[in-house]
Amino acid sequence: MSGSSLMDSLFQRSLEDLIKGLRQQLIGEQAFISKALEEICKEIKSTDLSTKATALLKLSHLSNLHFHGMSFAAFHALEVLSSPRFSHKKIAYHAISLSFHDSTPVLLLITNHLRKDLNSTNEFEVSLSLQCLSRIANVDLARDLTPEVFTLLSSNKLYVRKRAVAVVLRVFEKYPDSVRVCFKRLVENLENSDPQILSAVVGVFSELACKDPRSYLPLAPEFYKILVDSRNNWISIKVLKIFSKLAPLEPRLAKRVVEPICDLLRNTGAKSLLFECIRTVVTSLSEYESAVRLAVGKVREFLVDEDPNLKYLGLQALRIVAEKHLWVVSENKEVVIKSLSDADPNIKIESLRLVMAMVSGHNVSEISRVLVNYAMKSDPVFCNEILGSILSTCSRNFYEIVVDFDWYVLLLGEMSRIPHCQMGEEIENQLIDIGLRVKDVRPELVRVARDLLIDPALLGNSFLHSVLSASAWASGEYVEFSRNPLELMEALLQPRTSLLPPSIRAIYIQSAFKVLVFCLHTCFVRGGSIVPSASMDNFPAGVSASASHESFDEISVENSADATVVHGQTHASAPITKASIVNLLNLVELALGPLLGSNDVEVQERARNLLGFVDLTKPEVLNSSVQEKEDSEGKGVETSKIIKLMCDAFSKELGPVSLSAQGKVSLPDGLMLKENLVDLEMICGDIKPPSSYSFSFGSPYEEEKDWLSFSNLHIKEDSEQSNESTSLLAEHRKRHGLYYLPSGKSELISNDYPPAKDPTLQGDINDNTDDLVEITEESLNPKRKPNHGKPRPVVKLDEVDEKPVAMKQPEPRDDSLSSAVRDVLFGSEDIPPTSSRSNLSNNPSSKRKGKEKQHTDPRVESRENVIDRNSSSRRSKDRSHGKERRYRSPKKKNAEERKNTDQKEKEKRHRDHGRHKSRQRAEEPLKVPAQTSVIPDFLL
Amino acid sequence: MKEMGIRFILMVNKQGQTRLAQYYEWLTLEERRALEGEIVRKCLARNEQQCSFVEHRNYKIVYRRYASLFFLVGVENDENELAILEFIHLLVETMDRHFGNVCELDIMFHLEKAHFMLEEMVMNGSIVETSKANILSPIQLMEKAS
Repeated sequence: MSGSSLMDSLFQRSLEDLIKGLRQQLIGEQAFISKALEEICKEIKSTDLSTKATALLKLSHLSNLHFHGMSFAAFHALEVLSSPRFSHKKIAYHAISLSFHDSTPVLLLITNHLRKDLNSTNEFEVSLSLQCLSRIANVDLARDLTPEVFTLLSSNKLYVRKRAVAVVLRVFEKYPDSVRVCFKRLVENLENSDPQILSAVVGVFSELACKDPRSYLPLAPEFYKILVDSRNNWISIKVLKIFSKLAPLEPRLAKRVVEPICDLLRNTGAKSLLFECIRTVVTSLSEYESAVRLAVGKVREFLVDEDPNLKYLGLQALRIVAEKHLWVVSENKEVVIKSLSDADPNIKIESLRLVMAMVSGHNVSEISRVLVNYAMKSDPVFCNEILGSILSTCSRNFYEIVVDFDWYVLLLGEMSRIPHCQMGEEIENQLIDIGLRVKDVRPELVRVARDLLIDPALLGNSFLHSVLSASAWASGEYVEFSRNPLELMEALLQPRTSLLPPSIRAIYIQSAFKVLVFCLHTCFVRGGSIVPSASMDNFPAGVSASASHESFDEISVENSADATVVHGQTHASAPITKASIVNLLNLVELALGPLLGSNDVEVQERARNLLGFVDLTKPEVLNSSVQEKEDSEGKGVETSKIIKLMCDAFSKELGPVSLSAQGKVSLPDGLMLKENLVDLEMICGDIKPPSSYSFSFGSPYEEEKDWLSFSNLHIKEDSEQSNESTSLLAEHRKRHGLYYLPSGKSELISNDYPPAKDPTLQGDINDNTDDLVEITEESLNPKRKPNHGKPRPVVKLDEVDEKPVAMKQPEPRDDSLSSAVRDVLFGSEDIPPTSSRSNLSNNPSSKRKGKEKQHTDPRVESRENVIDRNSSSRRSKDRSHGKERRYRSPKKKNAEERKNTDQKEKEKRHRDHGRHKSRQRAEEPLKVPAQTSVIPDFLL
Repeated sequence: MKEMGIRFILMVNKQGQTRLAQYYEWLTLEERRALEGEIVRKCLARNEQQCSFVEHRNYKIVYRRYASLFFLVGVENDENELAILEFIHLLVETMDRHFGNVCELDIMFHLEKAHFMLEEMVMNGSIVETSKANILSPIQLMEKAS
């Protein structure tokens, strides 16, 4: 064995051989590497440590650069680690740092090796071991090695102490209780004058302060001293980072640091430090006008600099300022707009974001115009970036900033015609959404849709198909606003529609159906050449008789002014005569005949429907056109019946469905939904239901009427009953979210959704949404003001998606670290290490995490629970604070025992004070002034 | 889960081959491969006139090209980009001082040493040492010892 091992080591390829071989191989890299890996696998099992170490080194190399797993070698790495030779140790630590992680099985075995090396007299061994700990420490390692790290924190070797300071971050994070042991020594290092130590310790605090700045307020004096004294840019940058977190919490601290920061801003030559100063001022000191002006001046220098890096960062800084001082952006408007055509896509995107930040109700059309012009000129990627941000900005908060919807619909149409446009789906959604929500815009919408449909060139662009589908749907649904339905019909049936995917083609056919019915209805029932769109608004007797239960009634009164305008415009359109109807029917037969054999079920069925209808009506139409003059009253009856029927079927307005509508329908006796369907699910569990484009053409309100009175009485029970079906509903809602009203609102709006400009109803909605808005959106977007004053024509369905609520959920935050830090800073600072070791077993972090999870888990709930949920999360927070207090109590006892010994009076007062304060904070986390007393007076 | 200044440091040659990879958070090999692929594709496509910052997923990449080598550093969003650029430059200078006009081959054949230098400079994702002498002295001592 030893012989073969000797042979192995004699003829073993070194790492250098391996690398050379890799460069010169002729058999292909992968083949060469797998051959090398085979060798390594053999070598690493060798009993000779040098052979093993070399194999491990080669393996680390391959793993680092060529993505080969080395988990199989974990144990071998430990073996090499136990070697007395430093060079072996180094290789082993390197391999371990690269490959070990929390779930490496042999991780537990490394503790003693690390401990031994941490106690070594060789500072390089200690350093290697610390380095390794900073990479792989888990809870157990951090806990077990805390005493060693504690000792090293005051090592007299700078090299070791520096690294011990740096490793503390990981140890704290994994095992928060170690704070009680190490924190004091860490703070002591803040006063060290050596830049090496200071750099490390400030680095640690800047990371810690990122997570929970409040806990570190008491250390502000130390940081302040470093800020003023430091001559090292690296350290200054990190201290600035700390202050940018602390300053917003404590106004007096902000006041204190603003001057030194401005000094730095004026005097520093280093761009990195300058930028950090700028960032600190614009993020955290934005109330100080003079500081902001100074910073903005520097930002302007960045913006006009040749260096693209500075330009980019300048734009970024502007974006931060823009949140509070919009004037800064308008001052630099030219530069920003110019950057839209920069050579660098990143700069372009940054300036685009900035432009979008400037958008408001006043300038949205102006800015959109500029941007659309840019979009037309720019490359496809940026073009879509622009279009995407216009779309998302304008649709934000239910089209909050859009005042003129006619303009917006036109813009949507224009955007879809831009050659590179790939935002079809978003435009589709918005067109339908606006069509449903904003009644006033429908005439314009139909006009835009018509322009899109009629252009045969657009059919060839697959990115536009979804826009076309929305257009087709809108022009079918709102055909009554069309100026020329006959022309629309031709557009819908044009030969190039064969380029459309079947799903959209089906929508085309269905829309054609609606248009046809409308034409027939206008022609026969209403007696020929009545101008279409105007007639619909004015409701001649014939229509209102057949559609008396429709929801049009309200608008006809209110919008009479609009209607006359439309009236004036539509006079020009062609009247629908019987001859043209006959042509139309022929056209339908011609265009759809071939589709009867279509492979797509949807297309085939819809084509059949339409042709069936044509078959039914055509003879009568022909008949009546011959005998037109003789007796138009007697013969046309049959036809008109059918047409009326179809017209009724289509003329019911589509509207959003209440979220809990389904839950409110009581189950008929003897209907066993679940039992029967369980079998079905087993059979076709993997078949997905058809999705997306299937609009329901039935009336969602019909049933609502029936249960309306019932629901008024039973809303509460209903919501509970509906819990069962929530998951199904949620899924359906996700798919058709657009068409849902929020639950509980329906009884207020009765059986159809509110007309656009009804002030009373608008008020109702606002009232109704107010509580939710207050809870959810306002906290996220404090600038937003509900527009009570001016009623907007948007039908607002609050809470279409639950996202804002979900975001409002307090994140399960791991604050065991901060609580430990507070304990140390505000509570007794002199707990011996042993006391923390004694309660190793109770790990507060994991326990509390579990508890919080319990509270935040149930996400899918009915909306009624939103408010409840919020309060419950508050409750959970309270409880966790209770826990903190309980957790603290044994220590309190400790402290009290010692109280009457050698404690100085002053110190004791400070401590009690501190503890009192921290508890107060736990109860009122937002009350800033409560903090102030923890900052020593000299600073204030 | 971990929040830190620097998340990873990569050195990549013009052909997109990784020459050094140092991660300060654990990633599986598959994640690493995907990440490096995406980043390299993004950064190498950019030219000299464009800025050195690229947004990727939820963090930022600061990169700089020296001859045939790209140095890429993945950082948190609020990290100081210019400081990271200076850090990259410091790293290159340090290597220069050690190897004497460092090139791709030096790093290939002395990967372990390059790692060691990085470990001297960065711990836990934050920069702890910025003096060239301090970074190199342990390495020189160790070389002497062995």
